[in-house]
Amino acid sequence: MEDSQSTNQPQTPAGADGEAKVKSEICIDIKKLNLYYAKDTHALKDITLAIPRNQVTAFIGPSGCGKSSLLRCFNRMNDLIDECRIKGKINIDGVNIYDKKTDIADLRRRVGMVFQKPNPFPKSVYENVAYGLRIQGIKSRRILDEVVENALRSAALWDEVRDRLEDNALELSGGQQQRLVIARTIAVEPEVLLLDEPASSLDPISTLKIEELINELRSTFTILIVTHNMQQAARVSDHAAFMDMGNMIEFASTDVLFTNPSEKQTEDYITGRYG
Amino acid sequence: MSKKLRKWLRAGSPWVWFNAGAVAISIIMVAGLIGLLAFHGLRHFWPTDVMQARYQPPGLPATEVIGELIESETVLAERLQDSGVDVDPAKNFYQRDLWKFGNREITGTDFGWLLTDYISEKKFPDALTVLERQQWGNFYGIPIALLERGETLANSRAQAENDSLLWAELQFRLDRAYELREEISSLQGQELGRVNSELERLRLLERALVIADEMSPTLKQEINENRATLESRLLVIQLRLNRLKAEISRDSVLMRAVNNREVQIALEDIVRAYQPNQLGLPGKFAVYFSRLWEFLSAEPREANTEGGVFPAIFGTVVMVLLMSIIVTPFGVIAAIYLREYAKQGLVTRLIRIAVNNLAGVPSIVYGVFGLGFFIYFIGGEIDQLFYAEALPAPTFGTPGLLWASLTLALLTVPVVIVATEEGLTRIPRSIREGSLALGATKFETIWRVVLPMASPAMMTGLILAIARAAGEVAPLMLVGVVKLAPSLPVNGIYPYVHLDQQFMHLGFHIYDVGFQSPNVEAARPLVFATALLLVIVIAVLNLTAAALRNRLRENYQALDV
Ligand SMILES: Nc1ncnc2c1ncn2[C@@H]1O[C@H](COP(=O)(O)OP(=O)(O)OP(=O)(O)O)[C@@H](O)[C@H]1O
Ligand SMILES: [Mg+2]
Repeated sequence: MEDSQSTNQPQTPAGADGEAKVKSEICIDIKKLNLYYAKDTHALKDITLAIPRNQVTAFIGPSGCGKSSLLRCFNRMNDLIDECRIKGKINIDGVNIYDKKTDIADLRRRVGMVFQKPNPFPKSVYENVAYGLRIQGIKSRRILDEVVENALRSAALWDEVRDRLEDNALELSGGQQQRLVIARTIAVEPEVLLLDEPASSLDPISTLKIEELINELRSTFTILIVTHNMQQAARVSDHAAFMDMGNMIEFASTDVLFTNPSEKQTEDYITGRYG
Repeated sequence: MSKKLRKWLRAGSPWVWFNAGAVAISIIMVAGLIGLLAFHGLRHFWPTDVMQARYQPPGLPATEVIGELIESETVLAERLQDSGVDVDPAKNFYQRDLWKFGNREITGTDFGWLLTDYISEKKFPDALTVLERQQWGNFYGIPIALLERGETLANSRAQAENDSLLWAELQFRLDRAYELREEISSLQGQELGRVNSELERLRLLERALVIADEMSPTLKQEINENRATLESRLLVIQLRLNRLKAEISRDSVLMRAVNNREVQIALEDIVRAYQPNQLGLPGKFAVYFSRLWEFLSAEPREANTEGGVFPAIFGTVVMVLLMSIIVTPFGVIAAIYLREYAKQGLVTRLIRIAVNNLAGVPSIVYGVFGLGFFIYFIGGEIDQLFYAEALPAPTFGTPGLLWASLTLALLTVPVVIVATEEGLTRIPRSIREGSLALGATKFETIWRVVLPMASPAMMTGLILAIARAAGEVAPLMLVGVVKLAPSLPVNGIYPYVHLDQQFMHLGFHIYDVGFQSPNVEAARPLVFATALLLVIVIAVLNLTAAALRNRLRENYQALDV
């Protein structure tokens, strides 16, 4: 696996056709990123990667390989973990987000995140979705109503909760909660959307709706999605990255990665012979 | 061991029985406590029948006795002999009764023990009347005439032993006296108090101007004019008071007491009059509730052994509320800093240990601290800075409501800190991350998500604080509680809330009535009643806080979903 990172050049999706290359202006540029949770847990090792703008990039890999850890680097969520140390550089739109002068709250508003486990606030459904806007100081009931409805519609939840907007969000089912946190995130209109297994507790129909949502959003957002579902990764993403044990094994356009991977490990994983 | 027994043991049945037993014992103890307090305390207000009898111990002349039978007990003859009572040593045991004789001006003492053997001719005459008085305790006797301005009313001489016309007239005139007394007390308490406090403020203003060297002839004249109007208002009130006082002292009643002694009692002294022996059950209930209501709503009389405890209830509640207002923000802010902002490490651990130990410091120590720091130091400074014109009379440099509340807040702040911290710890990180990921700052996250979710825990802390503070007496004796306060700490006189004033407190009231009272027998039932009331007040305060907490829980429930 070492040889895959032997170059210091950012990995750009290899094998993408010419047209895609023209479009793929780089949004997130990661250089030699290392992440340690404690002295001896080296969770991300020398990750170097360039993620194109306004496209969907999928991250796959076995459990515990560091997908969530990587995603959490992009909105500096790992800052909250006391012991966590990060080395390397991440540029979003050409600006180093680990710079001292970075406004972290603003960064997090621009880089929205849907967590692996749904984490709605113990407030009403409405207030959950309106939360990000209220933080920005928006008080107009008309604007809030409109944004809340649109966000809930986008997350395929509106029809189920239109009559229970004032109910406590914790009374929703697990899948509804997951769509609620998606709605909450897109309500603030981030530029980058980090989705950590957004469909892990959804039924096939809701999953389909989420995938449709991703398809709708791909033109305006840069979307990074972690998933354990190979078909899903193949369906929704333009590019895919395979990780293992904190290493970036392979990064390529989705077609190439799934049909003609250059690494043996990748092939074993996607064909189910992993381990 | 039989198989069955082993199975029984393995299933944990003895364990369940132990647990249930422990719960049952706790419940029985609490219920027993409340039951005892209620029994002794509430019985006191019931109008017992008044007995008339002949008492003749051997070798002494017979006397008539009138009074209420309080209790009986059996004593050793020896003990009686030791205390100087002449008894027949052949008999081992004697039965003796505790009587309440009242009529302090005749008998000298309210209570006395009579040997049951020597009591005879017991009767319960209908006409026996109980007069509860402002001073001198109860009077037992039979009304025989009414007097107006010292003259016996011609047609009011009792025609018979039980003259219902006389009784009706007495009631009528008593009602008039009650009304007049109401008027007098409102005039004295409110209008007189208001004018007096305005005069006092004028005096202080004048002194302040003199001290600051800003007095000018025009100001002086203005002050003098103001003073003159106030003084004329005072005069008017005084005149009205004098007229009312003359009115209320118009009537009196002539009573025949034991051994045919006749005593004249002014109606203005009488609080309540009733003839228990001819009262039916509804009538007795009416008297009972009237006495109970007096206990709850009136001011104490007779060195706190009679009348009500309203100022003490009020003082307790106001002090606890004030303490809550002080302690909650203080404890919550401290807990937020400790848990959310301070870097966790040795220092925070040490602080936590210190806070926990503070909760174990004896409360009287807090009282001493409050006296030394709050009253003498801070209060003294405040007086120097803001109330210099009133010196040498201290304003805040003396025990008072504010200092008592502050001292108790200090006493209970560890509880609030610990409970709030626990609540903050229980909030999952994922929820905080959810807020931060939407672009909220740490402060916004704490303010909008963490604090609402931790609010039930804060209320738990407050409930524990109230439970501890409301029952605390020892430190209060040093920092603001008195046995008799001239006025309530919150009243209609500017500035309405008197933080510098001393106040009454139920806990201290129990101590005062039970131990400091000149009349222990009379005071004992009140000790029980007041204790019951204190328990109820604390329970009500706690239940209010608990209800509030449950509402908060409903709104921010289910952390564990
Ligand atoms: N807060 C933390 N403290 C210490 N170690 C952590 C922490 N979070 C993650 N790790 C470790 O870092 C490694 C990567 O974890 P991460 O959550 O990124 O995996 P993942 O690829 O998202 O797995 P999954 O697919 O199961 O979600 C794991 O070995 C994990 O034990
Ligand atoms: Mg993960």
